[in-house]
Amino acid sequence: MAAIALVVLLPLAALIEIAAEGDTEIWPHLIANVLPASTFDTLALLAGIGVVAGSMGITAAWLVTAHRFPGRSILVWLLPLPLAVPTYITAYIYVEVFDSAGLVQMVLRGLMGWKSRGDYWFPEIRSLPGCILVMSAVLYPYIYIAARAMFLTQSASMLEVARTLGASRIKLFRIIALPLARPALAVGVSLALLEALNDIGASEYLGVRTLTVSVYNTWLNRGSLPGAAQIACVMLAFVIGLILIERYGRRDRRYAASPKRHRTVHPVPLFGIRGWIATLLCAVPVLLGFIIPTTFLLRETLRGSLFDQFDAEFLAHFMTTIGLSVVATSTVLVLAVVLVSAARLSKNSLTKGSLFIAGLGYALPGTVLALGLMTPLVGIDNLIGTVWRSLTGERIGLLLMGAAGGIVIAYVIRFLSIATGSLSAGLDRVSPSLEDAARTLGASRREMVWAIQIPLMRPALASAALLIFVDCIKELPATLLLRPLNTETLSTLVYTYASRGRFEDGSLAALVIVLVGLLPVIQLVRSAEARPRVAESAGSFESGSPA
Amino acid sequence: MKVKVSFARGLLFGAAALGMLAGSSLSASAEEVLNIYTTREPGLIKPVLDEFTKETGIRVNTIFIANGLEERIRAEGQNSPADLIITVDIGRLAAAKDYGVTQPVKSEALEKVIPAAYRDPEGHWFGIALRGRVVYASKERVKQDKITYEELADPKWKGKVCIRSGQHLYNISLIAAMIAHKGEAKAEEWLKGVKANLAKKPSGGDREQAKDILAGVCDIAVGNTYYVSLMLNGTDPEQKKWGEAINVILPTFEGGGTHVNVSGLALTKNAPNKANAVKFMEYMVSDASQQIHAEANSEYPIKSGIKIHPTIASFGELKADNIPIAEIAKLRKKASELVDKVGFDQ
Repeated sequence: MAAIALVVLLPLAALIEIAAEGDTEIWPHLIANVLPASTFDTLALLAGIGVVAGSMGITAAWLVTAHRFPGRSILVWLLPLPLAVPTYITAYIYVEVFDSAGLVQMVLRGLMGWKSRGDYWFPEIRSLPGCILVMSAVLYPYIYIAARAMFLTQSASMLEVARTLGASRIKLFRIIALPLARPALAVGVSLALLEALNDIGASEYLGVRTLTVSVYNTWLNRGSLPGAAQIACVMLAFVIGLILIERYGRRDRRYAASPKRHRTVHPVPLFGIRGWIATLLCAVPVLLGFIIPTTFLLRETLRGSLFDQFDAEFLAHFMTTIGLSVVATSTVLVLAVVLVSAARLSKNSLTKGSLFIAGLGYALPGTVLALGLMTPLVGIDNLIGTVWRSLTGERIGLLLMGAAGGIVIAYVIRFLSIATGSLSAGLDRVSPSLEDAARTLGASRREMVWAIQIPLMRPALASAALLIFVDCIKELPATLLLRPLNTETLSTLVYTYASRGRFEDGSLAALVIVLVGLLPVIQLVRSAEARPRVAESAGSFESGSPA
Repeated sequence: MKVKVSFARGLLFGAAALGMLAGSSLSASAEEVLNIYTTREPGLIKPVLDEFTKETGIRVNTIFIANGLEERIRAEGQNSPADLIITVDIGRLAAAKDYGVTQPVKSEALEKVIPAAYRDPEGHWFGIALRGRVVYASKERVKQDKITYEELADPKWKGKVCIRSGQHLYNISLIAAMIAHKGEAKAEEWLKGVKANLAKKPSGGDREQAKDILAGVCDIAVGNTYYVSLMLNGTDPEQKKWGEAINVILPTFEGGGTHVNVSGLALTKNAPNKANAVKFMEYMVSDASQQIHAEANSEYPIKSGIKIHPTIASFGELKADNIPIAEIAKLRKKASELVDKVGFDQ
């Protein structure tokens, strides 16, 4: 239990140690020249994504839940799909499509007879607003999924009473649905914001100087890893604040959990222009976050005849990707069950604290996590090596770093909080009376875990598994830094092409990432839509009532 | 229950895949190998690697890590499998040495071929090819065929200059070279002037700047030489158009030459296959490999007498700047701070 938290603490401790190695000489320069602008950019980016992704997610979730309109049944399936599209890939695609010499502007110029960029106005994609758009387009599903599950489990009666009292549709949404969904929203938004904050690829490419970019510049251009670690520590403190807010939000949400089953909202049809506006509002996010990126990738794959790339080597990279993700996902699930069960059964502060610490991995940018992990990993490797040599007289080199162990550990640390969050929120909604009854009947702790908690957590387990699997497939920075010789995943393959300036050549790999990610996402939708009353969908942190 | 079954199957599958992976990385002891850690995408050096394996029978393993390569080698310590570092930019080479992850090589073959300005005086790193940081100019809108770096700050270019992030290592080295020439105060003035001339906020890579010239966003841009050849000779018709929209002008510092940088090699401190690594380093300055490298990457070969790629040769004769690049490396930190100070990327 505490041991698991200790593993998560390893990179954090290493980070603090690195930060302490350096003096504070970089700070005057940072405060004078870097931090004001990059703090502003970071906050503006986060605020922008909060608003844009938040409104896309909530609006769509409300519309598909409370109303019927043309295309609704298809949109329910399509809306979560951008989850499978990595942010950095979307950024590259958007520049290809919307930049000054990109497809859209070229076509416009041809149509309108404009000669050069000076002849007309077009929004600049490589900018802060552009970055907000790109990130919102792929991050809104976190909010959508949370809000949708929340709306689905809301009691219909409250809404119907309001309807009877003559509340308009908009008012209904504003006065009743939105406040009830607020906690779920906090969860979804904070997940999306953490993703955005830790991103380096997209924001750097789009010319947004976030604090994470400052960490990189301090490290790489000023040769000050300690300085970079110091900024990272300050950011972490900020993020811990965010996590606390998220937890606060989730605690608030408990009142929404009613042990009784209730009818779900009865969808009201929207006719005529209203219906089509609803269709549009739900179609735009799908278009931005899924259709544009996948169409581009497909077009490039066909145009460059990239199917030739599909050879034995590509298959090996594919297998590596799947293998790493599966092993990491299973490990995360086992650890999360242990953590969450323990926290529920023994309510002391050590176990609670361990649970909180386990959630911190998600707060670290992948590269920072990987840099922090290296030294402890090699330490373990050397220990194993020494023992092995004293036993057999052979040298085995680096076991974790030399094979893929390091990556799996990084994935586990990074994504553990998705599982613990999902599972503990799930268990929280189960009345403790169940366990009390079991205890009275003489059940041991182990029996309680196996016979009561795990079966109750199964839906939450399944959805956490799917989400983590997709995240592992998409993960880039830690994979890049920790992988062994001659080893690629699909993500690093795309990155390799991109760093050669030939991003389009990586289209096949990128497309396969999306396709592999789609399967779990579709599975996720299926389980959420098939049993709306139990609504144990993923980011939602919902679980079945103990019926 | 369906989830559970597929879960178990998936786990088995994953474990098998990982087992294969672990097996392949551990079973390499019998044959001769060379482990290369590179910040360059391996596709760029693959032709040379293949040729080396064909000639020597030494199998080459690579890992491509753009950032954090030195940190990883340092963390791996005594047991690191890394033999050789391949990287670009003097900043990276100097950093590897400063980090203490390299060891000196004494090789007549290397010293004979590589001019002293492009290798470490103590033999910790060796340049194997050069690239120039030059000006891309619109064929349509720019008529002059000469320019100085200083002129980039001339108000006549107001709203007409494009460049990638000032914090990118290529620009950091260029700015460091400006500091070496003019001193910090003058370099700051210059950087402010360039900033004032920018058509748009710095972003994208070097190719995107050529693309922006084609689109009419700007008239001149700063970029590396080899990108032009990659655009013109690549398979992508779009990129070809970007390359065709520009002329390359080899700029000079006032009273100096064109800013060049190196791609280079360094032997790691704990190289387990040291002999193979040195063999490879010496192979890299042979006529054959210099020729392959020059053709595949469109870089200027470090060895004199090797044919330069025709596209690169068409830019005119390169007159490299006279300040030793090791000196420039020392000014990188200052350059990075200047970029922040003038708010270049804002």
